Amino acid sequence: MSNWIPLWLHKLGSPPTFYRFAGTLRPWAMALALLLGAVALYGGLVLAPADYQQGEAYRIIFIHVPSAWMSMFIYGVMGVAAFIALVWRIKLAEVVAMESAPIGAAFTFITLVTGSLWGKPMWGTWWTWDARLTSELVLLFLYLGVIGLYHAFEDRRQGARAAAFLAIIGIINVPIVHFSVNWWNTLHQGSTINLFGQSKISGDMLWPLLCMMLATKFYYVASLFRRVRTDLLALEGGKDWVRQIAESEAGQ
Amino acid sequence: MSNVQTFFAMGGYAAYVWPAYAVFFIVLIVDTVAPRLRRRRVLRELRARLARQDARQSRVRPDRASSTPITTPPSL
Repeated sequence: MSNWIPLWLHKLGSPPTFYRFAGTLRPWAMALALLLGAVALYGGLVLAPADYQQGEAYRIIFIHVPSAWMSMFIYGVMGVAAFIALVWRIKLAEVVAMESAPIGAAFTFITLVTGSLWGKPMWGTWWTWDARLTSELVLLFLYLGVIGLYHAFEDRRQGARAAAFLAIIGIINVPIVHFSVNWWNTLHQGSTINLFGQSKISGDMLWPLLCMMLATKFYYVASLFRRVRTDLLALEGGKDWVRQIAESEAGQ
Repeated sequence: MSNVQTFFAMGGYAAYVWPAYAVFFIVLIVDTVAPRLRRRRVLRELRARLARQDARQSRVRPDRASSTPITTPPSL
């Protein structure tokens, strides 16, 4: 019994098995992301009432906050995968870490731009060098550093190991982003959602926010799986299972 | 103002709310399309390489390659 789970995990970690597994799950994750995203947009843009202080401008929250959560969540996944890749030299973990970086960078970029568009009417400035904004910008640079380092090496796996090392060091920035609004004086408002205890938001604003959070999670799974599948094909180019796929799948 | 106009006006904040949503969608669409194109390129390159390997093998051993072009394991 105790051997059953590691064996199952070991099989899932083998490239051909994961390729098939990810191929089956990916369309469902994407469908759920689109469905939940559409429901969240309807709830957030149409059903939810205007904020008593910020009027309609607060509606940026429904994309800004889920993107910010994803920017940190994806960094966490990347860090854990990078650690596994460095310690146990598992090829799949390397690929997951390296392909998480562009998606994380995309969400971090969205967070910074939407935050800026929200800050202008509410704070009167596009940008300020306060703790929350600066640490989120550092997060973007960390993602870009990981991507750049990965591609700087001729040998993909050597690049992945160097970049995984940077990813692990950068994890220190994630709690700084999260707690920056408590630790330093800032223009940025504090946390709206509390995992433990009362959230400072009414129900008809809360559910679209949580719905969009789920949608972005599923989107990440779908995007990651597509990227990982392609990477596995490229990395395992000489193997028989890849040859079979290349010869059977017509151009898709 | 009609309902639709009120909706798009966003209480005077349309110039901030809609660009934010546009950025969200444009970035995620790029993130979806770019790997799709890459997958196509990787598969094309793979097929080209496999075809070259098969051609090389049929030059070396014309008797075997003509009968079993696919099942011969690639010599890597």
